[in-house]
Amino acid sequence: MNYFLNFTCCIFFITSCAQENFPAIETPSVINYSFELVVDGIDIPWGMDFINESELLVTELSGILYRVSKGIKKEVSGLPEVYLRGQGGLLDVALHPEFKNNNLIYLTLASSLGDNPGGNTSLYQATLVGNSLEKVSLLYKASPNTKKGQHFGSRIAFDTKGHIYFSVGDRGNRDQNPQDISRDGGKVYRLNLDGTIPEDNPFFSSPKAKQAIFSYGHRNPQGIIVHPSTGSIWVNEHGPQGGDEINKLESGKNYGWPLITYGINYSGTPITDKTSNPKMEQPFYYWVPSIAPSGMAFSTSDVYKGWKNNLFVGSLKFEYLERLVIEGNKVVKREKILDKIGRVRNVKQGPDGYLYLGVEGRGIIKIMPL
Amino acid sequence: MKIIVLIYLLILGIFSSFLFQNKTKKESINAGSEIYQDFCLQCHLSTGTGVFGVFPPLKASDYLLENTNLSIAGIKYGLKGKIIVNNEEYNGVMIRQGLDNEEVADVMNYILNEWGNETTVFITPNQVSKIPKSLVE
Repeated sequence: MNYFLNFTCCIFFITSCAQENFPAIETPSVINYSFELVVDGIDIPWGMDFINESELLVTELSGILYRVSKGIKKEVSGLPEVYLRGQGGLLDVALHPEFKNNNLIYLTLASSLGDNPGGNTSLYQATLVGNSLEKVSLLYKASPNTKKGQHFGSRIAFDTKGHIYFSVGDRGNRDQNPQDISRDGGKVYRLNLDGTIPEDNPFFSSPKAKQAIFSYGHRNPQGIIVHPSTGSIWVNEHGPQGGDEINKLESGKNYGWPLITYGINYSGTPITDKTSNPKMEQPFYYWVPSIAPSGMAFSTSDVYKGWKNNLFVGSLKFEYLERLVIEGNKVVKREKILDKIGRVRNVKQGPDGYLYLGVEGRGIIKIMPL
Repeated sequence: MKIIVLIYLLILGIFSSFLFQNKTKKESINAGSEIYQDFCLQCHLSTGTGVFGVFPPLKASDYLLENTNLSIAGIKYGLKGKIIVNNEEYNGVMIRQGLDNEEVADVMNYILNEWGNETTVFITPNQVSKIPKSLVE
């Protein structure tokens, strides 16, 4: 009897702690899709972008950039030096919006440039000529360097007005970085496409601020996308245990980390009991339990039945692609796509309208409607 | 000038080997605890139990406790593919974390002596430096 009581208490404790945020994740009733492997042999396919319908660039975290043509991958030479430490390495890759005319690409990577030991996230621009990079130039380097292994960010996106956005995580220093706009880390940045800082950035005129900052109070954003119809910047970010978030970014706003959060420390101890503050933004959606979100894409094509305008997010932790149905200003349905496929590091919509995933231990896969 | 540099390097070498030898097991475990929080905990969890079928356990792990050199190699060079831990199959990727030999030794000493794990071996940076990549290829 005593044992039984303990057991029920225990179950109650577990379920009350891990109360899932609405709407609950569902397994689809009809599975009318499968997948095919389009690029194999990449352990951690961190970032990707499409040159055309049959060619793409893929980064591997360990420091390799691949140019893939019809499934055959070739290593691109001329990369800047990559600092490998913990979650840091070669991160995202993105083609300049006018790539067809100028062959420019952007890369984010962990770099040890600078005085202090360790590294931090950097943004580079380079010209892609065949299978090599030329005119490699550093556009931004977060500082100071640190030997911490966590939270480098970092995804790249473009708006239609000539700006590039990229994220840098809090670099394992949540007490100093995310809330201080004179420091790097825990921020989303906004630059002109040539790397100069736009004069209408929110902290452009603040003497002590990092002028490139667009928004702050982030933990580790690893998904970023410009909404296809509204043009607003959406990010997803890893929270602590419980409390991963989707945020719709507005210039100069504070997204609260670590002063407000729906999550707790990995050890189970609280970070704060506050989930809101009038001066800080609420997430558009938060995940409890954490799914460890990485990558983000809207499906805007008619390739898949019933998926148009849905949001897709990779789950590293639960090893599926999450489909989120948004109605009005709310997530009304969540579904597991390709359950147990492996750690989904990235998701993008290709120029052919299909969804492509970067899956750890596999490579790049394409979702095929049946 | 060359002689000064040589003497400097010599002194540095003697000094650092002196330092390594004097790091006690307890000090190494403490340093390893911090490395663990930074680099390992997100997958293997603070309880060392990992996630069944996804991230292998370190607590009471036969893989770890019965073959220390293989575990050192996994941390030093990264590990991928199928392994069996406590009769369960794991088929994942643990990337190289970029730790130096001393950090690998420290975190090994930590995981070998935490969560009820117990061992008399004491891993040194020197031992880590001699572990070849061929072990995990």
